[in-house]
Amino acid sequence: MIRIVAMLATIMLGYAAAAAESVPSCDVPESLIPADYELTRVAAAIKDNRRLQITVVGSGSSALSGPDGARLAYPARVEEALRARLPGHEITVTTHIQPRETTAEMAAGLHKILADDKPALVIWQAGTVDALHGVEPEEFRASLDQGLEAIAAAGADAIMMNMQYSPRTESMLGVTAYADVMRWVAEQRTVLLFDRLAIMRYWNEEGIFDLYAATKDYAMARRVHECIGRALASQIINGAHLDAENMQTKR
Amino acid sequence: MPSPAPAVASERDLRLDLFRGVALWLIFLDHIPENVVNWFTIRNYGFSDATEIFIFISGYTAAFVYGRTMRDRGFLLASARILKRAWQIYVAHIFLFTIFMAEIAYVAATFDNPLYAEEMKILDFLKQPDVTIFQALLLKFKPVNMDVLPLYIVLLLLFPPTLLLLLRSPNFALAGSALLYALTWKFDFNLPAYPNGVWFFNPFAWQLLFVFGAWCALGGAHRLSGVLRSNIVLAVAVGYLLFAFAIALTWHFEPLQRFVPTWLSDWLFPIDKTNLDVLRFAHFLALAAVTVRFVPQDWPGLKSPILSPAIRCGQHSLEIFCLGVFLAFAGQFIITQFSGGPLLQTAISLLGILIMVATASLLSWYKGIEGRSPTARVKARDADLAGGEA
Repeated sequence: MIRIVAMLATIMLGYAAAAAESVPSCDVPESLIPADYELTRVAAAIKDNRRLQITVVGSGSSALSGPDGARLAYPARVEEALRARLPGHEITVTTHIQPRETTAEMAAGLHKILADDKPALVIWQAGTVDALHGVEPEEFRASLDQGLEAIAAAGADAIMMNMQYSPRTESMLGVTAYADVMRWVAEQRTVLLFDRLAIMRYWNEEGIFDLYAATKDYAMARRVHECIGRALASQIINGAHLDAENMQTKR
Repeated sequence: MPSPAPAVASERDLRLDLFRGVALWLIFLDHIPENVVNWFTIRNYGFSDATEIFIFISGYTAAFVYGRTMRDRGFLLASARILKRAWQIYVAHIFLFTIFMAEIAYVAATFDNPLYAEEMKILDFLKQPDVTIFQALLLKFKPVNMDVLPLYIVLLLLFPPTLLLLLRSPNFALAGSALLYALTWKFDFNLPAYPNGVWFFNPFAWQLLFVFGAWCALGGAHRLSGVLRSNIVLAVAVGYLLFAFAIALTWHFEPLQRFVPTWLSDWLFPIDKTNLDVLRFAHFLALAAVTVRFVPQDWPGLKSPILSPAIRCGQHSLEIFCLGVFLAFAGQFIITQFSGGPLLQTAISLLGILIMVATASLLSWYKGIEGRSPTARVKARDADLAGGEA
């Protein structure tokens, strides 16, 4: 039986290696970045002012450590990607990232951030710290509600981002309950969800990234953030209906 | 003719072992996060899952075994046996915790990836083993998927007085249990967990299922037999199961969600597992009603060799449950280590169940040869059940 398992494992490994070599692109199928709800404030900001202010609120997984971490993490990458896709527009992304902040703490701090930044869009990455601390899902849900309420009241669109897919820690860090809450809240409040969990799982399954690999090297982490930035830019553009043709007719 | 257990159940109901065995398999499968075989487990087709089956049957067998002891030999002896059983489960839980710690320590020592700096903080508790291990011994710190046994322990600790009441006045006891359940929902009773939060399986809510199982074992099933034979009950149960199935489908196929009206989803969700949502409890009741109707106690299939592996697993539930938790850890480890696809996942799932069945057979064989003469075995069987398999 062990031989069979070993044989199967070898086949799988071979398959994964071949896939990793031949698929360099990290494009995500549209179904994984749905744009069911319209980002009206983003659309208006682009159309009326040709400028877009985005605020990213999140915890440790919204940042990269190391030299140039800030420039290479996804908030900076989404800014870059949007500038490339919306030429002639002023795109600014500001970040408010506190490594150990729970969703309740982030929600409490949102009023000040919204007043300072006056963003058209808030990208709110949440859930991981709550899972680490074992916050009650019901409390987590209430915090999300409170935060989204504040964002709506400040006249901004919101995109929630859930946890990273992390196969090595999956059996120790239970994120499913929190991911379910976010999915449910997104649906209830008709807010877009950037399903980082599903997207990274897709990359892992397709062999685009081997997220199980142990490495001290930053190369893969950077590429993952670059790809998250691009996918997020696509979701924003689709959500605000800013596709190329549209932009051309407006110009 | 479907006939539920008589008032004083004299023979062990093989259906209990069968469904508990199946529940143990399902719990094993569900505990492997990346597994295509999960598609076959009941949680995808309705509101309740294998945990409900496991807790109900555990309550049923506990009352079946210790109820007789309490009646024949008194409160003290029965309580002592129940507490001994709770202690065994506690030791089993700590054993599993040790395995879990070993896995975590291994991952902490070998895994490094700057992408997961945040997630790796879950390993921080290794830095203060004094606190963590102490909290685990107090059952406050419970790693992922290790919540069922602590629930079982608390249920057993509360069981001696409950059983006494159940024997004296079963309906009063069941009403008390339902009242505690209702008060738990109203006032949010629960036990504290470490580092914060509360127990994932709230014992004050889940006790309802356990006590209901015990109530059924002590004659409740017999009293319900008229209800269970009614076609109206069957129709309601089947209707509810179909409704739950339809809702469950919308979780897996998002386009279907538009067919669920907002008021309905507002009312349905979230379905609270921690506090044993009424929808889950009702779903279990419906499943049980349909099952009892179509699988009578004297169903010849229960003696068929096809079902004997599951029955055997159900007869050694504590050992097989622990083994299942361990195998799920190990299986997940292998699947992620080799980035395994559906093929490997299926192989691991089948292998895991095979190991569970083999172990259960070994345990049965072991018990059989433990130097008892055939006549002594008949006598000793009840003690066996009482000591080991409730």
